[in-house]
Order: sequence, then C-alpha cells, then structure tokens
Amino acid sequence: MAELIRLEVVTPEKFVVSEDVEIVMAPGSLGQFGVLPDHTPFLTSLKIGSIHYRDAKSKPHVVFVSGGFAEVLPDRVTILAESAERRRDIDIDRARAALERAQKRLAADKADNINFERARIALYRAMERIKAFEAARN
Amino acid sequence: MATLKEVKTKISAVKKTKQITKAMKMVATSKLRSSQMTMEAFRPYAEKFSEVLGNIADKTGDESNPLLTPKEEIVNTHIVLLTSDRGLCGGFNTHLIEKAEALYEEKIAQGRKVSFTNFGKKGNTWCRKNKLTVDNTYLNIVGSKISFTTASKSGDELIMKFLFGEYDEVFVVYASYQGMASQPPVIRQILPIPVIETKTEVEKGTADRYLPEHIIEPSPDELLNEMLPRNVYIQIYHALLETSTSEHAARMRAMDNATKACNDMIDSLTLAYNKARQAAITAELMDIVGGAEALRG
Repeated sequence: MAELIRLEVVTPEKFVVSEDVEIVMAPGSLGQFGVLPDHTPFLTSLKIGSIHYRDAKSKPHVVFVSGGFAEVLPDRVTILAESAERRRDIDIDRARAALERAQKRLAADKADNINFERARIALYRAMERIKAFEAARN
Repeated sequence: MATLKEVKTKISAVKKTKQITKAMKMVATSKLRSSQMTMEAFRPYAEKFSEVLGNIADKTGDESNPLLTPKEEIVNTHIVLLTSDRGLCGGFNTHLIEKAEALYEEKIAQGRKVSFTNFGKKGNTWCRKNKLTVDNTYLNIVGSKISFTTASKSGDELIMKFLFGEYDEVFVVYASYQGMASQPPVIRQILPIPVIETKTEVEKGTADRYLPEHIIEPSPDELLNEMLPRNVYIQIYHALLETSTSEHAARMRAMDNATKACNDMIDSLTLAYNKARQAAITAELMDIVGGAEALRG
C-alpha cells in the first residue's frame, strides 16, 4: 500500500475534490508537474487544463480546472481554481457550442482587439474541457 | 361605529395580507438558508487564498503592481453600490443608500467626480432619481444564486477602467451579514488594493508548514500579479454574498413583523366586530321588548 497525499480542489462555490490520493498531475504555468507524497513545498499558478489523479484504489480521475493556483506541501495539495469540474459535471454540449462560437469569432475578428483575446481564451477553455471529458472516457 | 359588514370585510382583507406576509417570510427563510450555505462554501477558498496571498506579498516588493499603487492625483471616484432588486425588506435598502450618499457627498466635497456601478434595482432607481452617473447596472443578481463568474466579469471591468485611468479609486458599499438582527452597511475600498495584511494568527498556525525553501513558480512577482485581480473578484463575490444573505435576513424580519402586526389587527378588529354584533342584538331585543310592551297596552 503506497503512501497517500491529500488532494483538495476548492472553488469559490464548493469543494470539488477532497480525498487521499496516490499521485496528482497538474498543469502548472511552467509545465505539467506531478506530485507524490512528501513533495517539496511548492507554489505555482495553473494553466487551463486537466488535473489527473489516482485515488487510494489506483483508479484514475480527471478534473477540469480553468486556471488557478496550486499549493503543494509534503502531505497535501491544495488547488484553488475559479472553476473546476469532474468529468460527470462537464457539460459537453455547452463546451462544444462554446468551441464553435469561439472559432467563428476568431475567424471573423481582427487580431488586435480585446474580443479576440477573449475568444482565444474561450477557445482554449472549451478545447481543454472537451479533452478532459474525452480523457476520462478512455 | 362601523357596520358589521364593513368590519367583516376588513378582517378578511387583513387575513389575506397575513397569508401573503407569512408566505414571504417562509420563502425568505429558505432562501436565507441556501445563501448562508453558499457563504459557508466560499469560506475555505477565501481563507486559503488570503493565506497564500499574504505569504507571497511578504516575499515581493510592495509597490510592484499597479493595482497596489495609489494614483498620485485622484480625480475619478467610483462607487459600486449593492442593493436588492425587490422591496419589502424593511430599511435594508434605505440604509445602504444612505451610506452611499454619505460617501458620495464626502467625495464631491473633495472635488472628485463620482460614478456608480449598481447591483440591484433599488440603488439604480436612486441613482437615476438623483441624476448620478451610472456606468453599469446588474439586475437579478443580488438575492438569487450568484455565480463567481458574475463577480469576476464585473471585477475585470473595474480593473480595466482602473488601469486605463477612468477610475482612480473604487469603493464597494454593501451590507455585511452579522447575524439575523444586524446587517449594517459597510464601505470597503477595493482599488487600489489596500495593503495586504498578513494575518498573524494564520501565520502562527502555519509557520512550520511554510518552509523557507518553498519553491514558487513562475516568480513571486508574477504570481502576485496573477493573484491580485482575483483578489478583487473575491472581494466583489464576498460583498455580493453578504448582501444577498442580508437581504433575505432583513426581509424575513420585516415579514415576521408584518405578520405579527396582522395578528394584532385581526385581534382588535374581531373585538370590534363582536362588540358591534352585541350592540345590534341588544338594540333588536330592546325593540322587541318595547313592541311587546306596547301591544299589551
């Protein structure tokens, strides 16, 4: 039985995950990183993407996060995200619609205004959400 | 003396009013419970966030971010006024508006230009009535289910305008929820962000956890830059939640009082009704007795 580390994913609205896990993989702003128990204290911002973790029974899980922060301590990982969704909570139709909308806007808009930047982020978010949804299915 | 029929109609009218106030009280009670739960759910995030933020702020220079730096010359003041959309909640909105008005007059006296953002219809009505500049109005948010996105969107706008120099300082006026009986209006400055206080209690509790070799990515400064806007969103979200909860608490109390007042009125009206009925019966008896006496001759 491997050692476990506490994973907490918190959003302003609720606790999304709070359980003991074997390993956590998270999308840090300087690259994907993995955390095992007894990790060095570590603080980083997160990109939009998926957090992968294996629970105490080695079952894989995926949680989508739209950016935020992660604080890693030897015995726990705390992830503060503005929004986070487990796979079953992802609204895949909405994500696909958002993807389409963002693509249209990117095709129509000039690259120099703020809407373009917003659309780009929206596109990225939708893509990552769909990816999280599909990763969990396999 | 009112006639029997009049009193009866009045009683039934008051009874109907009572039904409504009672129902509103129950609705407010259940909404209050759910918004209290939302507040409860927000707490872990807010606490963790301020802990991490305080920790990073310690490691960076104070004046490194434009959101922290006060402007040299302050011309434009912006007030975010949070009120409810609906009435029937006692003095709740009046108190908030009075507070905002006091702040407004203070700033005008200092020669500032003041503009408003309104959350809630009541504050907006007040602003329009007094012909004040309203940059933004959000309706149907306070008192219903509030998503964090709402707070972050409006926070984003405030930050943009602050950075582009449209606003030089931003205040929020909201109701802080301090239990069922008290929801005092509060003014809080959100931009420029006041000095971040590192809570000593928190530090004591976690001193052994924050080891000196805490790795920070990208760099403390960059991380702080990312966190500060979120701090603004959090403040706004917090204010929205508190105001919503306060609104429900205020309405619950107002409706409770109204229901009690209805009960008193029903009691006194019933008394009047009974008196009137007795008087009518007595008068009729007198008539009959008088008539009989007359017939006997």
